[in-house]
Amino acid sequence: MVGKEFLLNSKQMAFFVAKGYLRFDELIPEEINKAVMRDIDAGTVRSQPAGTPLSQCYPAPSAVGEMIRLPQVQGIIHSLVGPDPLFDHQAVHVRQPNEGAAQHLHGDSTIDVRMHFDVQLMYFPHDVTPEMGGTLIVPGSHFRRINEMDIARYQNIVGQIQMVCKAGTLMVVHHGIWHCGRQNKSDQMRYMFKVRLNPTVRQRLLWNTDDLTDETKKQQTIFGGAKKSDDVQSILGQQEPWFEWGDGRLEIINRIKLWRFITGDDNFDVHYWLSRLENMPENLLEAVE
Amino acid sequence: MAQLRQKVLVLYLASSALDDQVRSWAVYDGTGKEAHTTGDDNEPPYKTGLDALKDGWRVIQFPQLIPPYPGLEFTTSFQRHEFILEKLEEV
Repeated sequence: MVGKEFLLNSKQMAFFVAKGYLRFDELIPEEINKAVMRDIDAGTVRSQPAGTPLSQCYPAPSAVGEMIRLPQVQGIIHSLVGPDPLFDHQAVHVRQPNEGAAQHLHGDSTIDVRMHFDVQLMYFPHDVTPEMGGTLIVPGSHFRRINEMDIARYQNIVGQIQMVCKAGTLMVVHHGIWHCGRQNKSDQMRYMFKVRLNPTVRQRLLWNTDDLTDETKKQQTIFGGAKKSDDVQSILGQQEPWFEWGDGRLEIINRIKLWRFITGDDNFDVHYWLSRLENMPENLLEAVE
Repeated sequence: MAQLRQKVLVLYLASSALDDQVRSWAVYDGTGKEAHTTGDDNEPPYKTGLDALKDGWRVIQFPQLIPPYPGLEFTTSFQRHEFILEKLEEV
């Protein structure tokens, strides 16, 4: 069982629901990073059959196993997909030195319309400089229904994140996030280890919910003056810089629906976006004599 | 006789108005002088679609306004406000 102190809090979960990713810089200790790099170089990071419980993957001695079994990593996994999820697949992603172009933008697997979600751990075991072509992600893209490389045409999107980080950084993404490996303009190989995990329990209140109070959930007044910036409502209501005026509003509704799904609170709303649409009175007004 | 090649600029705008803000973009250069790829720039080449016109780009396709299919009114997918522009350049 993961200690409560290692679980995510509600604001981190709201950030994940809104943006589709969480980033933990320099989370993994240097000795594990070096051991993972040795295993990658030796080609000994062994995969498992899809559907294997994660607890049965990477038995010791395994540097990747040490990384995954860190209590901080276990807390992240538990908060998002619950205890002992299933191993889906892994990949050691490599960007060759001085390559001619980046990978095209894409979503992994196929179009996926579930409210339940998988996560992918993206682990950077060595420093990634701006020239090395770290993974690019598009925050808030995870609800868009697209199929794999159909989005390859988009070269740049306002607000895209180009991963530049120190060794030991872990990024956790929703299965729907748009991403790609960027062009590596350095003379060094660039690696990223990825593993996809499937939940085996209903994803509801799996994180540390101590901060999920009535105050946190309180609806904010529309055009009500000074806004908070770091409560659940504000995090879920913040538009991405690439959102279109119209579809950006639909994205807030997508977030409300996922927040309701993972909290079980069917009355939750951001401002009044969904409540307004759900208001369909059926009671008839008595005729006045 | 000068040989001309097409340079294509694809702009995704915040709405169906050509003078609205650029949200995403792509450049394909038929002259071979420039090679653009995913994630190669964080700043849009123009603030709005109209700014691209002022710089000599010609619009060759406007996005059609298509009502949502029944049942998909709340579904988000591709960026819809896609304007395709071109320049012809000598090689």
